[in-house]
Amino acid sequence: MSSTTNPPTHHTSTIGAIGAPSRRNTELALLVFAVVIPVFAYANVGLAINDEVPAGLLSYGIGLGLLAGIGHLAVRKFAPYADPLLLPLATLLNGLGLVAIWRLDQSKLLQQIGQAGGKATNQLIYTAMGIALFIAVLVFLKDHRTLQRYTYISMAGALFLLLLPLVPGLGADITYGAKIWIQVGSFTIQPGEFAKIVLAVFFAGYLMVKRDALALASRRFMGLYLPRGRDLGPIIVVWMISILILVFETDLGTSLLFFGMFVIMLYVATERTSWIVFGLLMSAAGAVGVASFEPHVKTRVQAWLDPMREYTLSREGVQDGIVHSEQAMQALWAFGSGGTLGTGWGQGHSELIRFAANSDFILATFGEELGLAGIMAILLIYGLIVERGVRTALAARDPFGKLLAVGLSGAFALQVFVVAGGVMGLIPLTGMTMPFLAYGGSSVIANWALIGVLIRISDTARRPAPAPAPSPDAEMTQVVRPS
Amino acid sequence: MNKPLRRIAIFCGLLVLSLLIRDNWLQYVKADTLREDPHNRRVLIARYATPRGDIIVGGNPITGHTETTSGDFKFKRTYKDGAMWAPVTGFVSQAYGANQLESVQDGILSGTDDRLFFRNTLDMITGKEKEGGNVVTTLNAAAQKAAYEGLKNQGGKGAVAAIEPSTGKILALASFPSYDPSTIAGGSTSDEEAWKKLQKKNNPDDPMLNRALREVYPPGSTFKVVTAAAALENGLYKTADEKTDSPLPWTMPGTVTPLKNEGDIPCKNATLRVSLQWSCNSVFGKIGYDLGNDEMLEQAKKFGFTTEQFTPVRTTASVFSEDMAPSEVALSSIGQFNTATTPLQMAMVTSAIANNGTLMKPYMVDELQTHNFDALEKTEPEELSKPMSAENAQILQSMMETVVQDGTGKKAQIEGVKVGGKTGTAQHGVDNSENPYAWFISYAKLSDDSSPVAVAVVVEDENAVRDDISGGGLAAPIAKSVMEAVIDSKK
Repeated sequence: MSSTTNPPTHHTSTIGAIGAPSRRNTELALLVFAVVIPVFAYANVGLAINDEVPAGLLSYGIGLGLLAGIGHLAVRKFAPYADPLLLPLATLLNGLGLVAIWRLDQSKLLQQIGQAGGKATNQLIYTAMGIALFIAVLVFLKDHRTLQRYTYISMAGALFLLLLPLVPGLGADITYGAKIWIQVGSFTIQPGEFAKIVLAVFFAGYLMVKRDALALASRRFMGLYLPRGRDLGPIIVVWMISILILVFETDLGTSLLFFGMFVIMLYVATERTSWIVFGLLMSAAGAVGVASFEPHVKTRVQAWLDPMREYTLSREGVQDGIVHSEQAMQALWAFGSGGTLGTGWGQGHSELIRFAANSDFILATFGEELGLAGIMAILLIYGLIVERGVRTALAARDPFGKLLAVGLSGAFALQVFVVAGGVMGLIPLTGMTMPFLAYGGSSVIANWALIGVLIRISDTARRPAPAPAPSPDAEMTQVVRPS
Repeated sequence: MNKPLRRIAIFCGLLVLSLLIRDNWLQYVKADTLREDPHNRRVLIARYATPRGDIIVGGNPITGHTETTSGDFKFKRTYKDGAMWAPVTGFVSQAYGANQLESVQDGILSGTDDRLFFRNTLDMITGKEKEGGNVVTTLNAAAQKAAYEGLKNQGGKGAVAAIEPSTGKILALASFPSYDPSTIAGGSTSDEEAWKKLQKKNNPDDPMLNRALREVYPPGSTFKVVTAAAALENGLYKTADEKTDSPLPWTMPGTVTPLKNEGDIPCKNATLRVSLQWSCNSVFGKIGYDLGNDEMLEQAKKFGFTTEQFTPVRTTASVFSEDMAPSEVALSSIGQFNTATTPLQMAMVTSAIANNGTLMKPYMVDELQTHNFDALEKTEPEELSKPMSAENAQILQSMMETVVQDGTGKKAQIEGVKVGGKTGTAQHGVDNSENPYAWFISYAKLSDDSSPVAVAVVVEDENAVRDDISGGGLAAPIAKSVMEAVIDSKK
């Protein structure tokens, strides 16, 4: 083809086309909002509770701004073509979470039962550690495909992390029923939060290799492609593991999260709808089976079906070997009392939830004080993070990157659904935390790492493709021209 | 791989959408139900978040509030002379809710009543703290003190109710033993202990019972004024001084038992005046029998029996049975058998007689106010019924005055004031084994023929010697001091 007859055109329909703007300034502008909004919220809490602008406002604002700024500079330097929305959205959620934790720190009731007081400072430290890990991911993970090499090490690592809470003497049973913490010194760590990322790496690496076998070798039956028995192996193993988590750690949420993540990645890798059907059937069977004989899970289900009954049992102090909790009902009351516009920062009574009011149940505080409007905004922010993650998967040029990005985004979406759905009474409660909002070091640090990996993949995806190497064959063909 | 990715994107969107829908359900559709759920502690927190309005007697509040430092309830109720005023105020407690006036007028006192909406909005605009409104009562502090001190000095269980006959205003409402509602106003462990100690199962004296409004006692001989009113109203006898058809001894029809009188008193064919003066069972029993169940019941109903009164605190309905055998009607007509009344009911009977036959609706809330004393609602006196004609009422008055002048009620005499009254000694328990109740009902009349007060007193004294109990001895002095207190406060 001749350049004279056919003027050069850029085919911009492909994602991540050559010459795409880096959007770093967009990110910076959004970050300003992501810092300023929580600072205003912080001032608001102080004015509502103590009638004065909190003394720590300046240092808090500078702290959050500094963390966001360093994160931004790291992205600018090490991942210049990264998605511009992920960092500001995560910063905004993290900042609002800090404000809510500080607000609950002011509650006398929570201070009395040791659930509040200085938690916001801790959370700020965890945030700093999270951003540090985020930067470390950007600096040291120059190309996400490097992770592919560690597929089976990741599997071992994930299993190790998942089983840690079951080790005698290490596991800490600090919430009602669920055993998903470990105790190290005075710290409690939730290894499941980190296992989420490591497991996604393993699944992505494994499925990239096996996807053709899983996808093509199948029989058609009743409109579905049934996989061969031997290909069913991996899914059954993962299913068993998640059932074991459910039985031994009695946590429906973690179990659902890992199994759901696997099914999503399997579906994307094989493009076979049958996997989704299998996945749903197996998780339903597992959940129903375990819920019917495991008392802790059963209690959670009962509390979901009739929270008022659990509240009454808890109030009456019924001793039947199961810890009855009024949290579920208290959370619903918090949401209901917030109504459409909420009571305003610092003017609700979500501390009535008592235990885990600032972690698993933090969404109820937002629900009461910011109302329906606030919760919808927060849910949409989560939705945006997830969709930017899936878009990164779409844009990624390599299958491993696609699988890893969709696995992490899918897991993030599932976690938001499981926690928010649990707190709002849509599904039974589980012992997981709202990413970025909730108090807890493991959660914040792990989720910053997750955002770091997504940003790395999106940077690779949007980076202008290197100019194709000049091909001698091409030169040869172009020699043939008229006259 | 992009097709399944797009589907996953949609799936994640659906997850978020389902959360959004659920949240709208929770925070919009169900919001009011959840917010107003009585188990939702926020309802109570809001209730105690503002200073509660006061209950006012004679211009002075008998309640107050203090700010608590512990817990999530900001303000706590306090009471002045709590034990004395408890039958009027009831209690409001952070842990145990409220009762009686505190409960009935809770909307005004807590500031949530719609009538306070304008004021609350104004306060919100001007930046003032929201406060509850006040409840101004009709009570007379001196009369209440006389009533309560009288019962306390007596030492036994008892109650006093006093009414202003011309309006129905309740002037005194005392019950003994009583309790101080301040001790249970909070939500602490000491409040819990106090509450437990006050419960009937732990305290046989049942101090939280409002005996003036909520306990019914057999009225004994005081009920004879109702029987006398029925006799006059039905034309059985037309004057106080004509001979009645009353044999002695009188055997109750259908039985072989003669209706006994207390001691050897001149009851044979005695006039109504003499019968009331000496409290002749045989005469009034026979009147009841002569009139029959229906007439007696109708007269009792006109005086307010068988219905609950809302003062606005609800009273227990007093009892006069229907479908009784003739002998039972006779016994009922002298205040025995099933007949049972609240002290307030007997005060109402007395007030109707003193008010020349017109019964005014008894009430204790004079006015509802905003917290800065602007009137919201004033209670107007209201006629409840006309149980007697004025002439008959005056005949009955003269008979009751004779009782105090020359009969069983001499201890209620007040210098320079016309007093009419009636004693009663009600037997109760199986075979009258328990201590009787000593009753006294009376009214005072000033020189201008207006009656400022009608009072009913009932005393049960477990320690007194049985023979000593008589309305004249135990209850009349208390009635006298209450009447004096009202008259003195008029001067």
